[in-house]
Amino acid sequence: MVEEKKQLTLVLGVIGADVHAVGNRILEYAFTEAGFKVVNIGVMASQEEFINAAVETNADAILVSSLYGHGEIDCRGLREKAIEAGIGDIKMYVGGNLVVGKQDWDDVKQRFLKMGFDRAYPPGTMPQEAIDDILEDFGLKQKC
Amino acid sequence: MELALLIDFGSTYTKVTAVDVEAAEIIATARGITTVDTNIVDGLEQALGQMKTHFPLGLPEFQHRLACSSAAGGLRMVAIGLVQELTVEAARQAALGAGARVLGVYAHQLSKAEVAEIDATCPDIILLAGGTDGGNRDVILHNARMLAGAKCGETVIVAGNKSAAEEVRDILVQAGKDVRVTENVLPELNKLNVDPARQTIRETFLEKIVEAKGLSKAESYIQGVLMPTPMAVLNAARLLAQGTDEEKGWGDLMLVDIGGATTDVHSIGDGFPTKSGVTFKGLPEPYAKRTVEGDLGMRVSALSLLESVGAHKLAALTGLSQQDVTDYCHYVHDNVEALPTGEDQWKIETAMARMATELAVERHVGSLENIWTPMGAAYVQHGKDLTQVPYIIGTGGVIVNHPRPGDILAGALFKPEQPTVLRPQRPKMMLDKEYILAAVGLLAEVRPTAALRLVKKYLVEINEE
Repeated sequence: MVEEKKQLTLVLGVIGADVHAVGNRILEYAFTEAGFKVVNIGVMASQEEFINAAVETNADAILVSSLYGHGEIDCRGLREKAIEAGIGDIKMYVGGNLVVGKQDWDDVKQRFLKMGFDRAYPPGTMPQEAIDDILEDFGLKQKC
Repeated sequence: MELALLIDFGSTYTKVTAVDVEAAEIIATARGITTVDTNIVDGLEQALGQMKTHFPLGLPEFQHRLACSSAAGGLRMVAIGLVQELTVEAARQAALGAGARVLGVYAHQLSKAEVAEIDATCPDIILLAGGTDGGNRDVILHNARMLAGAKCGETVIVAGNKSAAEEVRDILVQAGKDVRVTENVLPELNKLNVDPARQTIRETFLEKIVEAKGLSKAESYIQGVLMPTPMAVLNAARLLAQGTDEEKGWGDLMLVDIGGATTDVHSIGDGFPTKSGVTFKGLPEPYAKRTVEGDLGMRVSALSLLESVGAHKLAALTGLSQQDVTDYCHYVHDNVEALPTGEDQWKIETAMARMATELAVERHVGSLENIWTPMGAAYVQHGKDLTQVPYIIGTGGVIVNHPRPGDILAGALFKPEQPTVLRPQRPKMMLDKEYILAAVGLLAEVRPTAALRLVKKYLVEINEE
């Protein structure tokens, strides 16, 4: 479990016109179990919804998932909008089937990091990997 | 015999209704001119004098004497939150649901200019929200410090992030404000919680606003002014929908109230999607929802109605020229007491009311957005789906006194050419012929079942070809 001193708040959602609700539920479950406060804005979420939710809840990180292959278009400009909204320092994570077709993952990853994401995850990543990374990024140790 | 006297202090008229509680029947109604400037009791006495004609032996003893009021500008509020679509909207909904006139809404950090604007409008109550519980604290603290410097708005209700509420209270109390802290209007992002704020607004209204508007002068005779009139109407609608433990209600409904200055729309119901495959987006909607359209009214707001609707549309509906309808709107705007005479004036009056209904309902109900995804079409719903609502009720001068009220109320119905606007499809149309709704909302406070029977008895179905 996360150390009790500080519970991190994560805004979680599926971006764009993507309707994959099951994965979203699984992620909510996994992150909540790991001790985070999860603000799930659900599927078909716009960039503005991610930003608004993060502003209102004073979130520590934004977790974007996308499965339908159009994540690259949907995610572009999210960091800039966060800066405009005064939360430019927020950590941003993205994962899923982010691009169309089979592309080299390292290349894809670089593109998303350049877009302003702190970390990007390929298809098939287990939630635990992201949980460990988040804890590490915030300098927190996992107890159990 | 158990009798109740129900009083509505309006801005123009004071309306009184005497009700036999056990029989759930109206015994008498009367009205007098409201005189806020001199003495509000004058209008009440005038009305009671008129009522005496129904009681040859003198006025009987009324066990319940309850009143609501929209006199002296009603309850005037400002709502402040953080993000426009989230806490600002939640705060606005809480204020509207409490029967307030919302003078302005503000998002994010207040600027000096905005504080000056608030000072200029001088609201009775400021509702300060912002941040979910445990969420953003900075903005509500900033706004509290800004409000501390405001000259007006001495009553502030704090309904924001609970982790900041105490600190917010201290800042404002030190500035000499009267502060009430209540539960957050948006404790979590997907959880709207407007009822505690509504309740606090109402308590404050009872304690302070009634005093400030001179209404307490009437309190020696009545048992107290319980709430703003729009809240009484919303109460009546909620009672009629939900019923009581002893008697069933009608279920979901919509209510359209067309007035001289505003058109109010109330809806009772969850408004969840009625079709499969529709995703709901945005802030959850209040079960009892009220919206107020300040630009749509039959008299004071006749010119803004003309502007919002467009002279060409009114002309097309009436078959008259644009000049004629424009002239009439100017005429009633300048002569708010004017009643329509002659066929042409009635036609324009009908068209104005119908368009006010159409627009107000369009703004109240939810909408569907069609989104094309790689998997085909998907639908996103914003706001309430009211397509399956079984009842719609019309009230307000123009509709109650109209020979064909159905012509006006039909403006609320679903339009095939606007399939994404979720208006009621096949509701039964009812008319508040006796202006009973505010009185029912009041009586519901002490005798809910009697109030329910009363409203069921006096709403009449509109049956027109």
